Amino acid sequence: MCLAIPARVLEVRGHRAKVDFGGAVREVDVTLVDARPGQYVLVHAGFAIQVLDKREAEEMLRAWEEVLGA
Amino acid sequence: MEVSARFRDQRLAERLAKKIRALEPREPVRICHVCGTHEWTISHYGIRSLLPDSVEVVAGPGCPVCITPASLIDAAVELALSGVVVATYGDMFRAPGARAPSLYQARAEGADVRVVYSITDAVKMAREEKDREFVFFAIGFETTAPLTAVEVLRRPPDNLSFLVAHRLIPPAMEALANMEDLAIGGFIAPGHVSTIIGAEPYAIFPERYNMPVVIAGFEPLDVLMAIYMLLKQIKDGVAKLENEYTRAVRWRGNERAKEFMRKAFDIADGAWRGLGVIPSSALELKEGLRKHDAIERYGLNVSLDGQGDIPPGCRCHEIMVGRAYPTDCPLFLRACRPNRPIGPCMVSVEGTCRIWALEGGWFKG
Repeated sequence: MCLAIPARVLEVRGHRAKVDFGGAVREVDVTLVDARPGQYVLVHAGFAIQVLDKREAEEMLRAWEEVLGA
Repeated sequence: MEVSARFRDQRLAERLAKKIRALEPREPVRICHVCGTHEWTISHYGIRSLLPDSVEVVAGPGCPVCITPASLIDAAVELALSGVVVATYGDMFRAPGARAPSLYQARAEGADVRVVYSITDAVKMAREEKDREFVFFAIGFETTAPLTAVEVLRRPPDNLSFLVAHRLIPPAMEALANMEDLAIGGFIAPGHVSTIIGAEPYAIFPERYNMPVVIAGFEPLDVLMAIYMLLKQIKDGVAKLENEYTRAVRWRGNERAKEFMRKAFDIADGAWRGLGVIPSSALELKEGLRKHDAIERYGLNVSLDGQGDIPPGCRCHEIMVGRAYPTDCPLFLRACRPNRPIGPCMVSVEGTCRIWALEGGWFKG
């Protein structure tokens, strides 16, 4: 139920946006977020619920690699 | 997203598992998560097999289908059998009621029950079929509730009402923290609920209960990292709120989604299937929106007494708080199976019993 899947925003028109789930393009509702083309959003039951922070993700991974000595 | 794949990196996972084992606590530690998707990640990737013997990870009431009271399912079935179209999310369809069997069986008896991917689909159907009455059975936690709020506030068609069964996660966690026999040593907080509510609401756990909390994402490295962070806090003798899922969870969450929820709902006490009433854990439509409330529109009588929530012999109510494992239930994989579920925990893809049946969550290495 609380599963949310990342998708890349292709275009935004009003409260609807075309997003790309790694190949499958769907329309979702973006009322709850400020999403711009190129950004990644988390999609839950047809609604984008949050914009993903790619820089945070990269930084987290880098920090872990450092801590884990990988 | 290529970044997600990197959160499944085996090399990093092995190193993380080694670090976790180096933190092996002398006294037993029980970590509790509150999300069916976390249980899936833990079971699917065999994360329990990587943990030291003294560390246990149990599943709390994080499956929305499982915790929806049987009396509400009965009400939905009753509506469907009376000729109203009932639309709901996937698994709710198969969850058993107390008096009535399930929406699935109501459909077999001729009722018009429709599974939708999104509440927006239900709104669209109601608009297109003006001669029919529609009820959307709105279940789910804070991840899903804002979606209902958006559609309710967007002036839905008059032939659509909502059977609102949304429940809130932090009050349920607080109920668990107060069950002393559970002896929870730390919480893994649910990532997607947290994208909406933010990290802020969990601050009470370190403050009032001296209990560490780490908000985690859903890739195996996310969950391993959360376990590592919790064990580190426990070893250092501190209790803090930490966020592992920084790529999606901010301190105050999604302000716009919270605003929609505030405009659409009031907070009320809520019944949880098998767990009884948890104070301030439910959402109900605000006064001005009641004309779209299915309970009011159809004069439904929904009891909160929990009668018939748990079928005889089923231990779902104990499994949902981590007091028992599915393997402790005499029905598990005997009378109760994914294709013929008896209790709600075997019905939903987020139910602990179903996940254990399909993914082998009990393997400890």
